[in-house]
Amino acid sequence: MTIDRPDAGLPDDGWQRLHPLSPVARVGRLVPAIVLLFLVSTVHSKAENGRAETDYLVVITLASAVYGYVHWMVTRWRFEGDTLRIETGLIRKDSRRLPLARIQAVDIVRPLLARMLGVSELRIRVAGSGSTDGKLAYLAEAQAAELRLALLAGHHDTGVAVSSNTGLPMAIVTTGRLLGSVLLSLVSIILMGTIATLAVLDEFEPRTAAAVAGLLAVYLLSFAGVIWRRLSGQYAFIAVEGPEGIRIRRGLLQTISETVPYGRIQAVRQVEPLLWRPFGWCRLEVDIAGATARNQRGEGTAVVRKALLPVGSQQDSWHLLARLLGAPDPERTPPPRRARLKAPLSFHFLSAGHDGMHAVCVTGRINRATTWVPLEKSQSIRRVQGPLQRPLGLATVHVDVAGKRARAEFRDREVAEADRLVEELSELSRLARLHHQPAPGASAGGGGVAPSGWYPDPSGRHEQRYWHDGHWTEYVGDGGRRSSEAVTRTP
Amino acid sequence: MTVSEEQAWLHPSPGLWLMRRAEVVTVTVVLAAFFGVVFLAAKGPSAGVISVVVMLTIGAGFSWFVRRRYRAWRYQERHEDLIVARGVMVRRLSVVPYGRMQFVEVTAGPIERLFQLSTVKLHTAAAASDARIPGLEVAEAARLRDRLTELGESMAAGM
Repeated sequence: MTIDRPDAGLPDDGWQRLHPLSPVARVGRLVPAIVLLFLVSTVHSKAENGRAETDYLVVITLASAVYGYVHWMVTRWRFEGDTLRIETGLIRKDSRRLPLARIQAVDIVRPLLARMLGVSELRIRVAGSGSTDGKLAYLAEAQAAELRLALLAGHHDTGVAVSSNTGLPMAIVTTGRLLGSVLLSLVSIILMGTIATLAVLDEFEPRTAAAVAGLLAVYLLSFAGVIWRRLSGQYAFIAVEGPEGIRIRRGLLQTISETVPYGRIQAVRQVEPLLWRPFGWCRLEVDIAGATARNQRGEGTAVVRKALLPVGSQQDSWHLLARLLGAPDPERTPPPRRARLKAPLSFHFLSAGHDGMHAVCVTGRINRATTWVPLEKSQSIRRVQGPLQRPLGLATVHVDVAGKRARAEFRDREVAEADRLVEELSELSRLARLHHQPAPGASAGGGGVAPSGWYPDPSGRHEQRYWHDGHWTEYVGDGGRRSSEAVTRTP
Repeated sequence: MTVSEEQAWLHPSPGLWLMRRAEVVTVTVVLAAFFGVVFLAAKGPSAGVISVVVMLTIGAGFSWFVRRRYRAWRYQERHEDLIVARGVMVRRLSVVPYGRMQFVEVTAGPIERLFQLSTVKLHTAAAASDARIPGLEVAEAARLRDRLTELGESMAAGM
């Protein structure tokens, strides 16, 4: 499916409304709560005097229905050149313009009721700040899919084909494996352990058991809630390769379609908890920059951590990693043996290494975590030597990337090696930034070139520059406005 | 430690040592006087003298430590990046490329202003990268700020 213009196939002039069933889907979310209230008040009043006081429920239902309908009446959207405009609000007008060039991701969310009605919600995330995100709830399923493609096509400039056909799945999580992984998590083990203990206690001291159960009920319920969210959120997880990023679809009652864009990955973490290791399972997380650097004033830019793979084999994980970062496999070396004195537990897995493109390090004992950081994303290199490390002649080197949590740590290396690493890593990061391979595929030998699209301008004069067919074009973008400027080779 | 020999390390102004010493001396004198009076009243003159001596010794020790900390601060402006090193107990060295800089912050607290000093801090998108240089003379702070801003703009790399 090829779309020439973002607005091709959609009425160019004139506003569009949301799906007529939107009020139903919107208000419908309140139905369980209203039913619950009704039941509670019925039972309560039965006990009191036999008459149910349900008038206020009728009022609530009517009011929310009216609200839903009015909200639908006043909400409209349309394309205005290179921006999508969404207007809503009766008393307090809210008009948002979302520049297509700055759209980062378009997610489709479908709650249970919306699925039954055949509508879905579109969430549009824009670079800049969190408050400019757009939301269209709800659109017909087909329209939502079409609009998503149109938005992504607009993001990718005109004339670039954006295919809707989903390629081969890169990773699938089967229900059995998901169940197994959740059962073998810390939360469920604590939950099951507590329940088992209570059951045993119940045999001997029923009174105490009941009292303890009453005390712990809230915690047990919230633990069960966490487990349920993990199960229902990651149910039927499937990752598919798309032109702009890896597309993920997941969910049991509410399905979510989201995209992990290739160019914005700050770090990838593979976690292998102790209990999963016998099965060779691991979890893959990515840190994605949410906002552009220049608009942010504060400690660390907004960075989102996403589960790229809730549970999978090493092979699945490697497959995804190869697509995202271009098969990074730098040789890793362990720290010197005397580091055991400083890190007796984690020494077992501790190792780190780097090549021209990536730094990789392994840390942790119970949860073995492997972190990959593309050097072109490094924000600073730090060498830290604590009072325990100094007598041992050890030092740690950090490669910091945007955000508060993500970094690669070369822990407990020899001092001479650490000094050399600081020099080498900062030089390699500089080179990686200059040659700025905009996306992963470009670095992989024979792995093809990066997909066409808007990426940060390597010359630094503009916010973005269009990359097409393996080379930079003269098209540049600043704050959503397009212009052209010839490519000059950066030294 | 030889990270680079191409340029000499720069140090914060001696005013920083003056300021730190003034802080330590003030606190020591106040505490010594306080404990001296308290012990004098409670246990007699010998206890008062001993407590004053103890406080002054602690102050001297602290002053030695503060001096070492002051001397550990150093920075170097290289072609592509700024290096800041600090710390006695925990030794830290940060390399921040100019292109990664988001903004430069120059602050001067009330005590710093008294000694005509200011602190320059570099912010990047990473919360962990700390490049802070305290105790710069106002002129040097302004020079560094302008130079960093200029370099940051010409080498901006975004995310």
